[in-house]
Amino acid sequence: MERVVITGIGLVTPNGIGTVETWRSVLAAESGIGPITLFDASQYSTRIAGEVKGFAAEDFIPKKKVREMGRFAHLSVAASQFCLKDAGIEFTDEERETCGTFIGVGLGGLENLYQYAQTLLEKGPSKVSPYFIPQVIANLAAGQVAMALDLKGPSYCNTSACASSAHSIGEAFEWIRRGRTHLMVAGGTEATITGLAAAGFGAMFALSRRNDEPTRASRPWDKGRDGFVMGEGAATLMLESLSHAKRRGAKIYGEVTGYGATCDAYHLTKPAPEGEGAQRAMKQALVDAKLAPTDIEYINAHGTSTPHGDLEEARAIVKVFGEHATGHGLWVSSTKSVTGHLLGGAGAVEAALSVLALHDGKVPPTANLEEQDPECVLDCVPLVARDRRLRNVMSNSFGFGGTNVALVFSRFEG
Amino acid sequence: MAEGRDISAEVKRIIKEQLDVDEKDIKPESTFIDDLGADSLGLVELVLAFEEAFEIDIPDEDTEKIRSVQDAIDYINSHIKK
Repeated sequence: MERVVITGIGLVTPNGIGTVETWRSVLAAESGIGPITLFDASQYSTRIAGEVKGFAAEDFIPKKKVREMGRFAHLSVAASQFCLKDAGIEFTDEERETCGTFIGVGLGGLENLYQYAQTLLEKGPSKVSPYFIPQVIANLAAGQVAMALDLKGPSYCNTSACASSAHSIGEAFEWIRRGRTHLMVAGGTEATITGLAAAGFGAMFALSRRNDEPTRASRPWDKGRDGFVMGEGAATLMLESLSHAKRRGAKIYGEVTGYGATCDAYHLTKPAPEGEGAQRAMKQALVDAKLAPTDIEYINAHGTSTPHGDLEEARAIVKVFGEHATGHGLWVSSTKSVTGHLLGGAGAVEAALSVLALHDGKVPPTANLEEQDPECVLDCVPLVARDRRLRNVMSNSFGFGGTNVALVFSRFEG
Repeated sequence: MAEGRDISAEVKRIIKEQLDVDEKDIKPESTFIDDLGADSLGLVELVLAFEEAFEIDIPDEDTEKIRSVQDAIDYINSHIKK
């Protein structure tokens, strides 16, 4: 089977427009969370979120095309342009025809859906825009990225809630290692800081209500955690066969070595006790990567800052990694503590941050972890980033519907 | 209502905004699809913008007849509430 490496990263997140900007901010534990400005949230129980600040779609997309897309697609096109520039690749015609675009999205253009539902009710069916459907449907991030970058291989959208873009990276990895293509642009995006999403997640009591302290609201494993904080943004990674990357002398961030995917088949939103499905995903990914649990030095956890979910994940990690996890050999952090929860975009953002950690030997901290929940016995890298030469890292992503993904990335030694 | 209103200038402004074209390329005889780069979806969106700006309804069967800038100006002139 082909080995698969990562040769480009593009990030657009609440922590910065650009990969370098985001990574610096995440390492410094700077929060990307603030008061909601994208809609009037004054009547909502949650009035904070991680918005991509100062983003102008026109900086990345021709004005006429801007209108065709929802914000989630704008963000993804921008991240994908950063990714391709970082990869420094000049495509041949043949490569263009085989390079795929897998962009995972959990919800899609919710704001436009709401807007045109209003138009329909108030003005009637003849006033609904022909761009309504293209602005809303989730696979149009992948479609627009393909058009913007002129990439003509397989293009689709994995949608599996908050595991969407982790699945996208896993599936892109499969395509390359099976030898069907050498190149895949894979990632995820989400932009659902909208009234409808805030109301829906609010009704589930899923969101933090720490409105007076936005930067302290996302606090995975902390005793004071009270729910997740919505974030928006996009990440795109260039996945490439090792043979192709070597042939063109590409910069290699790391290797994709393991992919596990399971389902709890247990509950709509609650994880199975002790994260049973998550355990199996992590074990599967380890087997796939041919690694022992002790080989993993860092996990970028799903860690959304919900009272229940954080503990089940921590328990699942202890079950899989045993003393390696309880004895500080394994470090676990949640970068959602500063980015917020990017839903369908989270898996790709966190895969990117995991790979940057691996490449730079820097482990991002769990911000706001001031007093760790005693039921979580892991080393959760509180507050401050740490240096460590990393060989193997894991990224976990779980979604409503009980879906679980674990990805393993390994240092590329040549 | 239409008195004193420069419909031609307003139509051109909307076209410029919707299709992102240079004002100098918007000539009376310019057709939206062949000359100004609109696709079929863009044309429908443009007609919706005319409807909103001029407070008129343009039925689907009429949309098909509006092919050029002058067609749009003429249509709006004859249907706008005076």
